[in-house]
Amino acid sequence: MSLSSDKPATKLLFEDADWDFPTLSRVYDAIEKVALEDLKLDVYPNQIEVISSEQMLDAYSAHGMPLMYQHWSFGKIFAREETMYRKGYSALAYEIVINANPCISFLMEENTTTMQALVTAHAAFGHNHFFKNNYLFRQWTDAEGILDYLNFAKLYIAKCEESYGHEAVEEILDSAHALMDQGVFRYKRPPRLSREAQTERVRKRLEYEAERFSDLWRTLPKSEGRADDRSGGDDDWEEEARMPGLPEENILYFLEKVSPTLRPWQREILRIVRNIAQYFYPQKQTKVMNEGCATFVHHYIMHALFEQGLINEGSLLEFLHSHTSVVFQPGFDDPRYSGINPYALGFAMMTDIRRICTEPTDEDRDWFPDLAGSQDWRGALKEAWANFRDESFIQQYLSPKVIRDFRFFALHDEENEPVYRVSAIHNEQGYRDVRDALATQYDLGQIEPNIQVVAADLKGDRTLRLKHLPNRGRPLHEGMKIQVLRHVERLWGYNVELATEAAPAPEDE
Amino acid sequence: MSTHHFIDRRLNPKGKSLANRQRFLRRARAQIKDAVQKSLKDRNVSDVGKEHQISIDSKGTREPRFVHSQSGGTREHVVPGNSDFVPGDEIRKPRSGQGGGGKQASQSGEGEDDFQFTLSEDEILDIFFDDLELPNLVKTQLKEIKTFAWRRAGFTVAGSPTNLNLVRTMRNSYGRRLALKRPSADEIAELKARLFALEAKHDPSEADREEIVRVVAELEELERKRKWIPYLDPLDVRYNAFQASPVATSQAVMFCLMDVSGSMGEREKDLAKRFFMLLHLFLKRRYEKVSIVFIRHTHEAQEVDEETFFYSRQSGGTIVSTALEEMLKIWHDRYATEEWNVYVAQASDGYTQSGDAAHCVDLLQAKIMPLCQYYAYIEILDEREMEVFADEETGAELWRAYRLVHKRWPNFATKRIARPQDIFPVFHELFSKESAER
Repeated sequence: MSLSSDKPATKLLFEDADWDFPTLSRVYDAIEKVALEDLKLDVYPNQIEVISSEQMLDAYSAHGMPLMYQHWSFGKIFAREETMYRKGYSALAYEIVINANPCISFLMEENTTTMQALVTAHAAFGHNHFFKNNYLFRQWTDAEGILDYLNFAKLYIAKCEESYGHEAVEEILDSAHALMDQGVFRYKRPPRLSREAQTERVRKRLEYEAERFSDLWRTLPKSEGRADDRSGGDDDWEEEARMPGLPEENILYFLEKVSPTLRPWQREILRIVRNIAQYFYPQKQTKVMNEGCATFVHHYIMHALFEQGLINEGSLLEFLHSHTSVVFQPGFDDPRYSGINPYALGFAMMTDIRRICTEPTDEDRDWFPDLAGSQDWRGALKEAWANFRDESFIQQYLSPKVIRDFRFFALHDEENEPVYRVSAIHNEQGYRDVRDALATQYDLGQIEPNIQVVAADLKGDRTLRLKHLPNRGRPLHEGMKIQVLRHVERLWGYNVELATEAAPAPEDE
Repeated sequence: MSTHHFIDRRLNPKGKSLANRQRFLRRARAQIKDAVQKSLKDRNVSDVGKEHQISIDSKGTREPRFVHSQSGGTREHVVPGNSDFVPGDEIRKPRSGQGGGGKQASQSGEGEDDFQFTLSEDEILDIFFDDLELPNLVKTQLKEIKTFAWRRAGFTVAGSPTNLNLVRTMRNSYGRRLALKRPSADEIAELKARLFALEAKHDPSEADREEIVRVVAELEELERKRKWIPYLDPLDVRYNAFQASPVATSQAVMFCLMDVSGSMGEREKDLAKRFFMLLHLFLKRRYEKVSIVFIRHTHEAQEVDEETFFYSRQSGGTIVSTALEEMLKIWHDRYATEEWNVYVAQASDGYTQSGDAAHCVDLLQAKIMPLCQYYAYIEILDEREMEVFADEETGAELWRAYRLVHKRWPNFATKRIARPQDIFPVFHELFSKESAER
């Protein structure tokens, strides 16, 4: 301290590209000050972990989670990512952040100090605020319990592998993974993961099963009370309503409860897979918002640090360089084009909300009478972050200016026509159409096929009937459909039929 | 205000995904094997063990999901970057599914027909040599033992501290202490307590004084006893004993005979060397104890070391039988005993001095084949010859002669190589498990 007083007074947090932990800590404190006092963000406590690139690859392969059960598909992702990375085709992410309490962020050790600052602002405050406040995450995921639950899942599946063999467990996991997208409740709120209670319940059941196991049971005549005396201990689902109300959109849930052939541990594995699917469901619906929020926050904070004289021009330029490449949106005819960049769209819309609040134009006053000129952009953004998902956010907030900036246009694609028709562009007549179409494009209900269980003939030949409700005549991918149905049959144990609801298009094979 | 922690995880164990990777490799085993065989075709033999990128058909590792098909139905795409379109414009649809919308381009599980990843050296070699073996490896015996396995062999009174058997030692100690009636710490403590109580008395009576004297004497006696009956005596100590016991091993020797005469051009020599390199790699990896003898010949043969065999240049006339004779000599000198499994791999362009082929056949029939486990003859041809000699029965002098041997001895194999890409398949055929069973 006495040494530093000799130097000319500098407020800079760092000048070096190499970081150390005291520097990271100082940077964190400065960022936190801006985030909490200026932006008034509301975050979970942070736990920031510095990892190496190899560990980043490890984390990649298991949905970015620090804990995960073992399955070959994660090895497949790992093999591909590793090759891509080592060949230099793709860079690794700078960070991974986990929706948990405390919120865990992984930073790569290779990052420079500026990048660590950027990433801390992005993940530890941007994403963190979004996780804690967005209604989807609040209602549908359990940030408190997820790590405990994953730990339970990992141990449980390892134990199953020990007891029943790798192949048997792998089969069930393969089949469950195939139905992961159909393993979530979309409208009904799922029950909370009850961690210890859950573990305890399962442990007891397994022990009970093991104690009571006797090969003799199989030879006994079936007792009268139970039509289906499988392995003694599974009274749990016997007592639960045998048949959830039909139709049921959560196919995994239905199979877990009703499948006539699954054994208790297999049901538990289905439950694990669908709980994990449910946990990731909000993330699928908020890619644009989540990344937009984090990008807006890091952009604001880095500029605030610069204005306070805490980082120098060099750092600011380094930051801008990586920021602009993150929010780069090539046009559709650019060879680099690969869809709409969620960082770009989210960041542009959020920056635009700020502009509408502070410097509205007449057009904004027409389109957003409540926001325009309100000056309280922090409040406006926080409300948007809390109460919307991608689809509704775009429907509510996509302004003509952003449409013009991106030069969005809508293409109409009719099955039997050889051409796309341009149906709307960025002009007065087109804004609303483009906005509607773009919002629909982010509606998971439109992206994922709608397939439901409609009937299960438990008393007869036990055929399970599924129904596909096509959206605007869009058929299912035929090859995939056949493969997935094979998985459903494995879990159900009997014949499975998938019908497509009568539609004008003749896609029903 | 809110608490935060930086945690340095860089030193945490890496390779968390290793188990998943192995599961994946196991899952895709068949496809990976195919791919490895295919990719090895165009590789230099000396590169065989190098890390390698392969791409496999995604069959078997597909992860199907219910997804919409790429086309069909009515849809609306919103895309950025409009430069000159106005409503009503029409854009021709691309022929295949790679839509202008691009929106569905990355549905998981789609578009992965070629899955690319990198295999490490060990993984490659394991896969390539997976179902190969030396045929007829039978003469397993116990003489000339080179390997031992350590086995438990009871307990000893001497040994190194790491082998101390604590349970045994303490059991002996306890038994000895019981037998010799070593006073326990409790007994002494009790006596001391009594002495203390007696000495604490204000005015001890006569009886008390006597008692004190008696107790002190008793204490001394106990202490003395404790001293000469130690808690742990060297006599008690026991060590786990281990004995080296011989393990039955098979001894095998591989004779590599290579023709380096003038008729073998650079190309032929190169092919032969590649074949032997592969053989060498295979033996080193799978049969640690196999001896390898390198013999090269022109019109005369000599035993050489590995380095010379693979890298030196030499030329001259051709007498194949010299190599066989040299081999027999070495065989008698060093590998004469019944315990050796003898293998021979010979590479030649099939030309030898006229009349020599018959001599070779005599040597083979009379001396070599009866004692040899497996003899592999590889003839190196140029591509034109390969077409001329498409039939197994036609060929140069040596080839025709060797076909006779082949008919009589099922463990005599003949193969032809004309191009570098033949090497791997031929090698595979010669040493695959099925051919070994024949």
